[in-house]
Amino acid sequence: MSVRVGHAAEAPSFPQAAEKLVRNTQLRRNVRHATNVIRRKRARVVEELPDWEELREAGHAIKQHTLRHLDFYLEEFERKCTEAGGCVHWARDADEANRIIVDLVRAHDEKEVIKVKTMTSDETALNESLAAAGITPFETDLADLIVQLGEDRPSHIVVPALHRNKMEIRQIFLEKMKLENLGDRPEDLTAAARKYLREKFLNVRTGITGANFAIAETGSVVVVESEGNGRMCITLPRVLICLVGIEKIIPRFEDLEVFLQLLPRSATGERMNPYNSIWTGVAPGDGPEEFHVVLLDNGRTNVLRDEEARETLDCIRCGACLNACPVYRQTGGHAYGSVYGGPIGAILTPQLQSMRHSQSLPYASSLCGACYEVCPVKINIPEVLIHLRAKAVEQGYEPWQERAAMKAAAFALASGTRLEVAQKLARVMQLPFEHEGRLDHLPGMLAGWTAFRDLDAIPKQSFREWWAERE
Amino acid sequence: MSSAKEEILARIRANGEKDSREAEYDGIARNYRQTGTLSKDERIALLADRLHDYGCAVHRCPEAEIATCVGDVLRGRGKTHLLITPEIPADWLPNDCELLADSGLGYDELDRADGVLTRCALAIAATGTIVLRHAPDTGRRALTLVPDYHLCIVFESQMVELVPEAMQQMRAYGRAPLTTISGPSATSDIEMTRIQGVHGPRTLDIIFVK
Amino acid sequence: MNISLFITCYNDTLFPETGKAVVAVLERLGHRVEFRRAQSCCGQMHYNTGYQKEALPLLRNFVEVFADAEVICAPSSSCVAMIRDHYPKMARETGDEKTINEVAELVPRVFEFSELLVDKLGVADVGAFYPHAVTLHPSCHGLRSLALGDKPRRLLEAVRGLTLVDLPEAEQCCGFGGTFAIKNADVSAAMLSDKTGAVLATGAEVCTATDNSCLMHINGALSRQRAGVKCVHLAEILAARA
Repeated sequence: MSVRVGHAAEAPSFPQAAEKLVRNTQLRRNVRHATNVIRRKRARVVEELPDWEELREAGHAIKQHTLRHLDFYLEEFERKCTEAGGCVHWARDADEANRIIVDLVRAHDEKEVIKVKTMTSDETALNESLAAAGITPFETDLADLIVQLGEDRPSHIVVPALHRNKMEIRQIFLEKMKLENLGDRPEDLTAAARKYLREKFLNVRTGITGANFAIAETGSVVVVESEGNGRMCITLPRVLICLVGIEKIIPRFEDLEVFLQLLPRSATGERMNPYNSIWTGVAPGDGPEEFHVVLLDNGRTNVLRDEEARETLDCIRCGACLNACPVYRQTGGHAYGSVYGGPIGAILTPQLQSMRHSQSLPYASSLCGACYEVCPVKINIPEVLIHLRAKAVEQGYEPWQERAAMKAAAFALASGTRLEVAQKLARVMQLPFEHEGRLDHLPGMLAGWTAFRDLDAIPKQSFREWWAERE
Repeated sequence: MSSAKEEILARIRANGEKDSREAEYDGIARNYRQTGTLSKDERIALLADRLHDYGCAVHRCPEAEIATCVGDVLRGRGKTHLLITPEIPADWLPNDCELLADSGLGYDELDRADGVLTRCALAIAATGTIVLRHAPDTGRRALTLVPDYHLCIVFESQMVELVPEAMQQMRAYGRAPLTTISGPSATSDIEMTRIQGVHGPRTLDIIFVK
Repeated sequence: MNISLFITCYNDTLFPETGKAVVAVLERLGHRVEFRRAQSCCGQMHYNTGYQKEALPLLRNFVEVFADAEVICAPSSSCVAMIRDHYPKMARETGDEKTINEVAELVPRVFEFSELLVDKLGVADVGAFYPHAVTLHPSCHGLRSLALGDKPRRLLEAVRGLTLVDLPEAEQCCGFGGTFAIKNADVSAAMLSDKTGAVLATGAEVCTATDNSCLMHINGALSRQRAGVKCVHLAEILAARA
C-alpha cells in the first residue's frame, strides 16, 4: 500500500522550512493581509447568526455519527449513485486512485482534461500520473491556475495562491499565457484567466472534480465554489470523474442545511458562496453522459482507528483554522510540506502520511487554541496535537537530548523537596552564563531562547525560601 | 485477493461500533433555527438587500406586467437575443426581443447568445440565494452557465427565509440536478480583492413578481 | 477565607515577586494564605510536549498536596488551564476510580488569581496605586481555556493612577507556547516580533498579563531591543500601593 500526501514524505521538517520562510518579507505581508481580510469577513457573517453555536454542535455531531457508521453510509452512497447511472470505484491508496483515473481517461482516448479544485488530487499527486500517461491536466480554479502556471505549490486550503500578490500574478500570466500586454488590476488578471480557460471549458470532453460532500441517502455529490469553473467542469464535458475522500460522506440530504451554512461563512466570510452544484449519477440530456466516483481511503481508515484523533476527519476544508493561526500567519502553507497546511494540516498529514515523515508537524503550534475557536465543526485541534505529540514521543521520534532533559526535569519536579534541590542547583549552574543579572548564550537546546531573547538570571532567593524566612 | 472495496470496508468495520445507527442519527441535537420569523414583506426586503449586496439588480412588477418589465430590463442591458426555458409562457415575452428556445444548442451557440431568461424553484432570503431545479421544462444546467447574462423571475410566494426551510422543499425534487446561485460568479484569489464575473454569467438580474 | 497558594514551579524559581504580591493582596483583603511546601509542578510542560507518562507523577503530587485545601489559587492561567482541561482526562486514563474522584473534587477548587478575586472573593478594587500607562496582553490560556473575559481588565481599571491602553490585535498569541519557543524558535520570534510591535505601538510603559510565561517571553525581546518598556505580572500591579 502506498499511502501518500503529495510530497510530504520528502519535505523538510517544519522548523527547517519555517526558518527560511519567515525571512521572506513579501510572503509574510501577503499572508498577513489575506488572513486579516478573511478573518474580518468571517467574523462579520458569523456574529450576525444567533444560532452559530447550535450549527457548530450539529455539524460536529453529524460528522462524528457518520464516522461511527462509515461503512453503512459508503455502501448506501454506492447503491444510490449506481442506481442513478453513476459508476463507483474504490481506491485503497494514492497509486490505486491515480491508476483508476488515468485508465478512465485513456479509455476515451483523451489527451486533455479540465480539473476543478480538488485537494484530494494534490494528495495523490494525480497531475503527475496524468502527465506521465501523456494527458495534460488544466487546472481551472483561478488560484490553482496561478499555482500551476507559476510552477509552484499551493499554500492555503481555500485561497491556494494567497502567497502571491497581483504583480507576481501578472508576471506569471504574461509569461505563461503568452500575452502581449496585461493590466495589473485584479479585474484585468481575472479577465485574462476567463479568456484563457473559456476555450478549454467549451471543448475539453473529460472533467475531473473533487467533492465537498457526498450524500449517502440520495447518492448525490455536492460541489461548493465561487468562480463558475466548477459548474463548467461538471456540466459541459462528456465524461466526469469525481475523486472524493471517504470522510466526505454525510448521511442525508437535509444535513446539507447545516454544512451549507457553516462552510461559506467559515471559508470566505460570505453568507453563501456564488454556486453550489448538487447532482446524482447521470441526468439524461443534461450534463455528462458518463459519471464516475472514486472513493479514496489513502490512510483515512488509519485515522478512524484512533478514537482520540478520529475527529480530524470531521474537517470540511473551510480553511478558517489557517486564517486564525498565529503560526501559519508567519510562514504560510509551504512550511507544512503538504497540501494540507495550518492547524488541520498539522494533525491530518502525520496521520495520513505517517509520523515518520511528518513528526515535526504536531509541534508546529503554540497550542493557543485560536483554531478550535473558529472550527465550524468543533474539532479540538489542540487536543489532537497533544495526542499526536504523545504518539511521536512513544514511537521514539523525539531527539534523545530532549527525552533525557524531560526525564531529568520530571525527576526534579516530582516533589517539593526535589524542586528545592533543583532550584539551588540551577542557581549554581547558571554562574558561567550570568552577566550583569542576565543569562547569555545558553547552551544546547536552550540556545534557541537566547538567540532571540534576553533572559534574566535566576533570582537569589526563591519564593519558598522567602516564605520559609517569613515564618 | 479481496477487492479494494472489501478491504476498505473491512478496515472500517474493525473499529467495531455498530447498532442503533438510526436512533443515534435521530438523536442528533438540531437546536439551530429551522423556521423563519420574518413577515412576508420583511422576507422580500431581506432578499432584495442580500441580492444588492452581491451586485444584482432587483426589479419588481405585478404578474400581469411581466412582459413589460422583462422588456424594460432587457432594453436597459442592450440585450436582444435571449434564450428561454419551456417554463416561460408566451405572454411573459416582450415583442421587441428575439427569444430562442433551447433546441439542443451546442456550447458555442450558447456562448454566442446574449443571455438567458428563466424562472427558479425557490429563493432564500437570509443568504440571497436563487435555487434552480434542472429538468426538461426548467432548462438544462448549461443554459444558465454558458451565456454571460442571466435574468431570473422570482415569485414572492417562492421566497423562504432560512436555508433549512429551503432544504425541506428541495428534498422533494428527487434526482434532478440542483444549482444554487448567490450573485454572479466571483473570486477573491487576487490579494483578497473580490472580483465579480469569472466564468459563470457576469451579470445577474432578478425580477420579483407579486 | 483560607487560601492555599499554588505558586507554580516557574514562578517559584524565576518570579518570586509575583508570589509575594499575591500574598500581599490577599492578606490586605483580610484572608489567610498558606503555602504547602510539598508542592511542585502541575506537569504542563511535560504533558503538552507529549511526555504524558512523565506528567502523571506530577499530577499525583498535586492531588496529594492539595486534596484537603479549601481554595487553591495560582497566579498562572496556563497552569490552571492544564489542571482544568487535562487533569480529568489524565485521571480517566489511569482507570483508577480513586484518582478520578480525587481530581473531580479538586479541580473546581482551583482558581487563577484574577478569577479568585473577581468571582470567588467578589472584589475588583483591591486598593492598589500604580501611576503608569499599562497595556494588557490576554494570555491564550486565560482568554480561551479559562474564558477570563474582562476580569483582568476590571481589576486594572480599579487601580488608582493607572492608565489602561488597549493592545492592538490583543488576541494574537505571543509565541511562547512552552517548548514551542525552543523547538520552533524562528516562528516563535516572528510571532513575538508582532506582539512587541503591538506593545510598543500603545506607548505604554508596562505590559502586563496573568502569566509570567508570556511576560518572560515578551520581556525577553523588549529587553533585547533595549525598548524601554518592561513587563510586570498583574498581581504585582495589584499589590502596588502609594
